[in-house]
Amino acid sequence: MLARVTTFTIDGLEPRRVTVEVDVRAGLPHFTIVGLADRAVRESRERVKGAILNSGFDFPLKRVTVNLAPASLRKAGPGFDLAIACAILAAVGALPADALERYAVFGELGLSGEIRPCRGALAVAEGTARAGLAGLVLPRERVLEATLVGDIEVLGAASLPQVAEILRGNERPEPPEPDDGVVALPVRHLDLADVRGHAEVIEALTIAAAGGHNLLLSGPPGVGKTMIARRMPSILPPLTRAEALEVTRVHSVAGLHYGAGLASERPFRAPHHLISASGLVGGGPVPVPGEASLAHNGVLFLDELAEFPRPALEALRQPLEDGRVAIVRGQRTAIFPTRFMLVAATNPCPCGHAPSRRCRCNEGDLARHARRLSGPLLDRIDLLVHVQRPAVERLAGEPTASSAAERARVVDARERQAARLDGTGAACNGQMDARVLRRHVRLASEAEVPLLDAYRRGDLSARGRDRTLRVARTIADLAASDAVLRDHIVAALGYRHEASGALGAVA
Amino acid sequence: MTGIDACDACLSRTWLIAHLAGAIEVARHEKRRIREILALSEEQLLASLGGMRAAALAGELEALDVDGLRTSVDEAGLEALCRHADTYPARLHDLDDGPAVLFVAGGAERLVDLVGGDLDDGPRAVAVVGTRRASIDALEVARGLGRGLAAARVTVVSGMALGVDSAAHTGGLESSGRTVAVLAGGADVPYPPSKARLHRLIAEHGCVVSELPPGFVAMRWCFPARNRIIAALGHMTIVVEAAQRSGSLITAEVAADLGREIGAVPGPVTAWRSAGANALLRDGAVVIRDARDALDAVVGVDRHDAPELHIEPRLRDVLVAVADGRDTLAALTHTPADAGPTLAALTELELMGHLRRAPGGRYVVIPQ
Repeated sequence: MLARVTTFTIDGLEPRRVTVEVDVRAGLPHFTIVGLADRAVRESRERVKGAILNSGFDFPLKRVTVNLAPASLRKAGPGFDLAIACAILAAVGALPADALERYAVFGELGLSGEIRPCRGALAVAEGTARAGLAGLVLPRERVLEATLVGDIEVLGAASLPQVAEILRGNERPEPPEPDDGVVALPVRHLDLADVRGHAEVIEALTIAAAGGHNLLLSGPPGVGKTMIARRMPSILPPLTRAEALEVTRVHSVAGLHYGAGLASERPFRAPHHLISASGLVGGGPVPVPGEASLAHNGVLFLDELAEFPRPALEALRQPLEDGRVAIVRGQRTAIFPTRFMLVAATNPCPCGHAPSRRCRCNEGDLARHARRLSGPLLDRIDLLVHVQRPAVERLAGEPTASSAAERARVVDARERQAARLDGTGAACNGQMDARVLRRHVRLASEAEVPLLDAYRRGDLSARGRDRTLRVARTIADLAASDAVLRDHIVAALGYRHEASGALGAVA
Repeated sequence: MTGIDACDACLSRTWLIAHLAGAIEVARHEKRRIREILALSEEQLLASLGGMRAAALAGELEALDVDGLRTSVDEAGLEALCRHADTYPARLHDLDDGPAVLFVAGGAERLVDLVGGDLDDGPRAVAVVGTRRASIDALEVARGLGRGLAAARVTVVSGMALGVDSAAHTGGLESSGRTVAVLAGGADVPYPPSKARLHRLIAEHGCVVSELPPGFVAMRWCFPARNRIIAALGHMTIVVEAAQRSGSLITAEVAADLGREIGAVPGPVTAWRSAGANALLRDGAVVIRDARDALDAVVGVDRHDAPELHIEPRLRDVLVAVADGRDTLAALTHTPADAGPTLAALTELELMGHLRRAPGGRYVVIPQ
């Protein structure tokens, strides 16, 4: 007796169709799984057997062979449990085989027969739709996430007997309440109104948010770099539906999507500086997305930038430039999206107090510190802001700005960009490639002079020149100016780090 | 051979000192004064330091191939001038133990233009010295001094060491390039090695000099020895930052012995790093805050006023504010809306060459 059930495994972010074939025949009782399965899949034998018996079904005392096809694809994770159980039950006639042909099945089993949520439901639902199947049976907690796909019937189940009832046509599951399952953490926006002084830092933050530019905050400890950076999400524009789907997909695959339904917040990822290169950009024997991908369409915040291991920072270069990262492992390549905004913070020197009298570093310490930061990564930083200790009278004064007001300016500027960049593939100025940049950022001759000056003096690389133009375009957008004027270019140049002595030592 | 203007006697003496370098190092450990040793005649040197090698060295000195020495100087790309040459800086004659020969990278002619002649009729020069482990402030002050002095066509003399010395040279190179580095080892050996680029730039625009032959690797006694040359070349010696037992104080002491002026940059009274400089001030050194103070002392009060600046009022206001100490974007900005225009004005001034960005986001006024 033979039965087939369709399920999916996740390869990078892509769902790959897997057919679970079960053959049950006379012989000594035996249960094997073949088909390039990892440890979690092989262990599913014990879970499946327990779940079937504890749900009131009989486990066939025969020779049971499970094959996961295609055999060449490496299969990982516990998501095959439910499909294997259904296929065995169909093979012995306990479930209607014809119903199983129209549905994909996905979920982890407990020994009692309960169905547990597992990661990647959105990608699996997309695979189901693409494979032309009628519907998907999956853990109840993941129903809202899977219904985002739209074209398929989503059937959430809590236990194996319930799946049997659904497949027999005896039960239509109710869609769960949106707040069912894990309670989403209450989102409390940090607000810029908490900040006193720092007007120029807030302005830079707004420019970065408005154009999707990379920002580096440099300053002594305790001055408010981290506090301000953490308020970045509060002024970012809301996610579009397409962006939200991308964010949900990545987070769901990484097992971080706890809320039901669509992601509503732009991600803000702040990995600790002991992170490895593969933790930052993705990796592992079975490639999983790294922090750079988890920050896709949001903010990647690297506090204490100089403390990050060099290989990790170097690994960020390609993702920063291309907006995606390709992880090659063995015979396959996983591609993860990485269109994030980089916000970083650093001390100006190892002791943190340069250039004040409290600084205890010598020239060599400073040069070493500058070297850790310098190079190709720094070249991709658009805005460098030195965060100073605010004056005493400003500490006690009124808030400098509010998130609501700054967010309104950002949304306004983004709308101007969207209108101009429609159809170019770029969503904001920071994403313009060289061709789009040439077409959309034209300068009056008097505006071009300072840029040529800086380039000629060798202060600016060609990439630095392009990046300056993008920032200048955003500054013009914030000022509601259609043309990029001299003042916009000059201000953008002021945010570049190249000028001598801006970060490192003299001589 | 062009550019080698040194007599046989002086070259032989230099050869001898280089070969006795190890013995001089030992003598220093025995608390003998380097300057007394360097003032000895050749015979006395052999007698007091030659030890068992005295006779052999005397023989070698007798048979020395002086022309071979000249060739090696030429091959190292250096020039040499002895104390009998016209181009030899006459102000070094003020030293009892003045160097017999100066080896020069950058050309003897240029050296005459930078520090030639004696103090009264020669070009003005100021020695700027200080600690190797300098604070960022001290580095900025030294660099500003170098820039301002060189811009007023006063030669900046220093030792190319890490910290203050290098910062002073760097400042000099940023304006007219009038700067002279006095090295402890050979003039063709960049020391410290990390300053190789600075060495090349100084040799291109100014001069690098040494009293020891090409290729000579400095020993410890060479550093206090070269300090006497630094002190003698300048009209004034300015100590930027020095702790209580700093080598820069040796330079200041020599300068005082020679009757040269001494200046010091004041530091906080509690800072160990500035203790030496502050002690000099208490003993009557001239207070130096910037290049203007130094020029007042060396060139004369008010004989070096900057020409009026012709810049638009909006930028002038910002420039004045920076000069008054509101020298960061934060200090000039009250609301987010100010930030853009203020930053644009600062950057315009930077492009025009009136301001320079310093570490920590500060802006520094460049003297015009």
